[in-house]
Amino acid sequence: MRFILPLGAFIFMVGLLGFGLTLDPKKIPSPLIGKPAPEFSLNMLYAPNEMLSKKDFLGQVWVLNVWASWCVSCRAEHVFITDLASRNLVKIVGLDYKDQPEDARRWLKQFGNPYSASLMDIDGRVGIDWGVYGVPETFVIGKDGNIKYKHIGPVTKESLEKEVIPAIKALLG
Amino acid sequence: MLIKRILMRQWRLSLIMGLLAFSGLCVASVESYQFKSPQMEAEYNQLIGELRCLVCQNQNLSGSNADLAKDLRRQTHELLMEGNSPDQIADYMVARYGDFVLYRPPLQNNTLLLWLGPFVLLLVVIVLVFVKMRKKQVLVAPEQAAMEKAKQLLSEPQEK
Repeated sequence: MRFILPLGAFIFMVGLLGFGLTLDPKKIPSPLIGKPAPEFSLNMLYAPNEMLSKKDFLGQVWVLNVWASWCVSCRAEHVFITDLASRNLVKIVGLDYKDQPEDARRWLKQFGNPYSASLMDIDGRVGIDWGVYGVPETFVIGKDGNIKYKHIGPVTKESLEKEVIPAIKALLG
Repeated sequence: MLIKRILMRQWRLSLIMGLLAFSGLCVASVESYQFKSPQMEAEYNQLIGELRCLVCQNQNLSGSNADLAKDLRRQTHELLMEGNSPDQIADYMVARYGDFVLYRPPLQNNTLLLWLGPFVLLLVVIVLVFVKMRKKQVLVAPEQAAMEKAKQLLSEPQEK
């Protein structure tokens, strides 16, 4: 009888710590979800004199994939971004984060280019506005220009099927 | 003897020099920014001490050499120079990275447990201790009565 209280407390602590193990402290929920996507105006990787900005995408559902040629897990993710592009659901825009244009072009030549447009954020300022703290990150933006979903870290086969594509389909209606 | 003392001194000097050389490594924020006033510099140092470096989990911006920390220090400096107050800059960071970027979380609905939890726990412990102490007193009381009775019983035969 006298063991019940300590045992209860022990089981409670084990439960609490066990729950802690299921959480990923590297995943910081974005405060931008449901809010308007931050404004940007960036040069394009393959047309350095032309710029794209947020208003060019108004009225359509689109995906912003933040990547860089120096990012190792972006290589692992690349297959699934290509897979998403091949389904022709939405435009995928690549945000080349803190990267050199020639490195980025070489990377895309080597692995294939899934993006309908690539934007250069050389000094990472647009990344800060979007709350990017690690690459890769993937945003799904709705027709109203609001961010509806954000995936932190590399997209996997599972997260593509279970999270990213359902989020896109829900917006396409 | 003299040579030995000189050698000793040189050794000590080189040790000090070596330590001085390494002490620079402990300070990660290496950029030297210009500020409009010493007060602005103080605000900058306070801000980078209270904003979290998001990629390194448990370091503030001033203590981290991560790329993002450097960028956020640059951003903090620029915003200060543009005339933003420290509170405005903290809000700017929270708007992008969420409350996690603050080392001192604000008091709001989802942080109530964090702020009040320790006091609730303290209250629970005080109540538990109080209840336990009262229980002990109840237990002691009959013991004393029993002692009196025992004394009485013991003293009875002597009277006869």
